[in-house]
Amino acid sequence: MEILIQNIINALQFGSFYALIAVGYTLVYGVLLLINFAHGDIFMVGAYIAFFVATFFLGEYGIISPGALSGMTVLMLSIPLTMLLTSCVGVTLERIAYRPLRNKGAHRLYVVITALMCGLILENGNLALLGASRKKFPELIDKAVWTLGDISVTNLKVAVIFTAIAVFMLLHFIVTKTKIGMAMRGISYDKFAIPLMGIPVNTIIVFTFILGSGFAGLAGFMFAMSYPILEPYMGALIGWKAFIAAVVGGIGDIRGAFLGGFLLGFIEIGVVAVFPSTLRDLLAFSVLLLILWWKPTGLFGVAKTTKI
Amino acid sequence: MRKAFFLALASVFLMASVALAAETVKIGFNLPLTGDIPKVGESSKRAAEMLKEDINSQGGLEVGGQKYMLEFIYEDNESKADSAVNVALKLIERDQVMAIVGPNSSKQAVPAGGTCDDNQTPMISPWSTNPDATLDRPWVFRAAFLDPFQGPVAVDFATKTFGAKTAAVLFDISNDYSKGLAEIFKADFEQKHGAGTVLAFESHGTKDQDFSAQLTKIIAAKPDFIFLPDNYNQVALILKQAHDLGWAGPVMGADAWGSAELMTLCGDDCKGQYFSTHYAAAGAQGATKVFIDRYKAKYNETPDDVAALTWDATNIVLLAIQNAGKVDSNIRKQRAAIREAMAAIPSFEGITGSMKFDEQGDPIKCAVVVKISDEGEFVFTEQVCP
Repeated sequence: MEILIQNIINALQFGSFYALIAVGYTLVYGVLLLINFAHGDIFMVGAYIAFFVATFFLGEYGIISPGALSGMTVLMLSIPLTMLLTSCVGVTLERIAYRPLRNKGAHRLYVVITALMCGLILENGNLALLGASRKKFPELIDKAVWTLGDISVTNLKVAVIFTAIAVFMLLHFIVTKTKIGMAMRGISYDKFAIPLMGIPVNTIIVFTFILGSGFAGLAGFMFAMSYPILEPYMGALIGWKAFIAAVVGGIGDIRGAFLGGFLLGFIEIGVVAVFPSTLRDLLAFSVLLLILWWKPTGLFGVAKTTKI
Repeated sequence: MRKAFFLALASVFLMASVALAAETVKIGFNLPLTGDIPKVGESSKRAAEMLKEDINSQGGLEVGGQKYMLEFIYEDNESKADSAVNVALKLIERDQVMAIVGPNSSKQAVPAGGTCDDNQTPMISPWSTNPDATLDRPWVFRAAFLDPFQGPVAVDFATKTFGAKTAAVLFDISNDYSKGLAEIFKADFEQKHGAGTVLAFESHGTKDQDFSAQLTKIIAAKPDFIFLPDNYNQVALILKQAHDLGWAGPVMGADAWGSAELMTLCGDDCKGQYFSTHYAAAGAQGATKVFIDRYKAKYNETPDDVAALTWDATNIVLLAIQNAGKVDSNIRKQRAAIREAMAAIPSFEGITGSMKFDEQGDPIKCAVVVKISDEGEFVFTEQVCP
């Protein structure tokens, strides 16, 4: 019983990361019908930005004297700054890679390939710029381990899970209740009619990228705190898995991205808990394949209607 | 006119390169400079550079009464098995090296060893401990001890020091080194303590970052200690998560822990743990101490085991070249002569201990167990000799 609860907590934590990344895929897909394969690497860039921002505030570069700010202050300053800078990366990609192709009326396939290439450029650019050796993310807050019988939870794990839930509620509110959310849904419904209504399509698209990349930055920050070893390829595998989670949940639907992310977390952890760990990815993705078999549009996906 | 000029220029370069080729001893290095274990590649390269400068500053390596400058060619195998094979081929075909040092990790050394053996080029791996790297490959050698020796060292040490009667193992399924050593450990531990005493035998992938499910399973089994034959970068993540999940017992590692970067990545979580390795830097004597002090002065860090083993491995190659007695312009004959000479080395006094090669090209040498002190130093605890 205690092992079950421990595994549920583990699954919730790792599922939170899948969910936070999957939401970026889903937002962009929902508006542009573009699979932004660079998103996993934007997440990686987010983690690196988090590293540099946090070490900057900790006084690594001599501008701020070391120890002048407490860990908690650093955390509070770093999170918004990381999100802001990461969303700049996302918007830059949109401006220099995706928008020129879109303006020339290129087929979506070419834009998807461009996205794949952008991801590789980010990975290898990082490798060229910072070298291959890993970065160790500093510990910002004192770790507290709460134990109850055989169950152990850290304050960080709880924070990650609550962040994911808060992000979900915020995004759901933006998309369903606000005017800009309505515009986003409108573009995905009919991108030719929407400009005729006087809605600035490009602004909405930029906003979408800000949202998606900003939360990738947040995910990167939380990830770097939970798994404090950073390397240039850290975003690739988790990015693919999050993309699969988004598709299983029904790509284009925010509820789907979160459900898919948590589902993947639960399946992966569940498989290891019951079967030999060697079988983890094999069984986990077989289960997802069965889900898609049963419902090819994903859990929340509806064929050919408004998506987001 | 212009054409003639370029032709003349080209021929000058050609002649220059021919003249150069005759006077240098070319050795290739197949190293993981990027990828999962970049620090391993860097340490190897640093040790090799230091050795090259030593010899070249004295006018070169003396072979058969004549001095030859050393030329070391470093290629990056990205810590991947397929790239290691490509790098080996590139060094053999394009660069026409006499011998190859590396790859370091067994994951790359096992496939690259096959390539070198097929192409009849002598190869010596400084750090690979998996038996398959040299098995039935007359052209492949190594400077490190083997996992069938290292596994029992860990078993005996844990039994004695932790009083362990049960164990759990977590290893990397896609890494030949990690998987091989985990299996050897399990077989030996169960042989000494009875079947079923390895309570959990769990694996993970190379790119994994979350190990909570495996660790939950291991901790729930309540073993006396955890055996963790993983690379240093994963060790840092695994130990942190194990402590988060409430593990307070000992963890025992193997030689892949011993990177200079382990403590920067791992920090407090690694302190107090033990691992088996090739040499202990703290408290070294004689030639080993000289090497450590010079390396420290040059690069401002303590050399890890890979640096020391690369130093030894490269020295073995140079010794073999000297013993071969001449530098043949026919590279195939030269390679064959080096192989013969290398296999004939009776015993070698390296800075990681004295070694003798058996018929498989494996050295017979001692292992040490070190403890990670509170200052983050690897402190000598015990030496185990075969």
